[in-house]
Amino acid sequence: MSARVEQNSLQVNARVEVWLWAAQRITAAIMALFVVAHLITMIYAVHHGLTAAQILGRTRGSAGWATFYAVFVALVAVHAPIGLRNVLAEHLDWRGVSLNTVMILFGILIAILGWRAVWAVCA
Amino acid sequence: MAGGVGGMRMKLNAVRARNHPGYWAFVVHRVSGVLLALFLPFHFWALGQALQGAAKLDGFLRWTDQPLVKFAEIGLVVLLAAHLAGGTRLLMLEFMAWREWHKTLAAIAAGVAIAFGLAFALNVV
Repeated sequence: MSARVEQNSLQVNARVEVWLWAAQRITAAIMALFVVAHLITMIYAVHHGLTAAQILGRTRGSAGWATFYAVFVALVAVHAPIGLRNVLAEHLDWRGVSLNTVMILFGILIAILGWRAVWAVCA
Repeated sequence: MAGGVGGMRMKLNAVRARNHPGYWAFVVHRVSGVLLALFLPFHFWALGQALQGAAKLDGFLRWTDQPLVKFAEIGLVVLLAAHLAGGTRLLMLEFMAWREWHKTLAAIAAGVAIAFGLAFALNVV
């Protein structure tokens, strides 16, 4: 690899790391509000006894809850893989294309399973 | 002998660096983040049971009535609240330059996690 190609590659990597750092913070700041709402909803839900009728009665046909949870899933599908990538890189010294690929697949898995769950309880 | 003393000093410094609220806040944030990330696919799979009807979801919910599962649920709520509070602490330290507040923020984060865990535990049991 020539010195110029190597330098360009390093610049691209540094730019990607900055974007990932920013995405982690932005999703965290927005998700803080979602998590507070989720915790309060959970405490309210278990207080009244957790049943399918109670959960689905609140969520089925509700555009508000569907939007809330769909956005929540999108945010966590970005936030969780970036965090996990940092932990794996720092503690297991796993870096590079293989780690990035596994983390992208993990994010896609969370998004698909999450939106499927939103569809299951809201549609 | 000098090397031995130096080594002991290094060990003592490492212990001092770790026996600090900031270090424990870091550990809790990391561990809670990893456990929550691993839990997410199972959480979504469980909710997806509703695709096969309310009875299927109810069957799963009755399984969660077991004391051990309830205990694990309380643990998950504490982990989520701890990750929320620890993450908010980090954002404040990074963007608001409240560095002299770091011990107070760590204490508040622990308090928030325990408060949410207790509120959930008192309602779920």
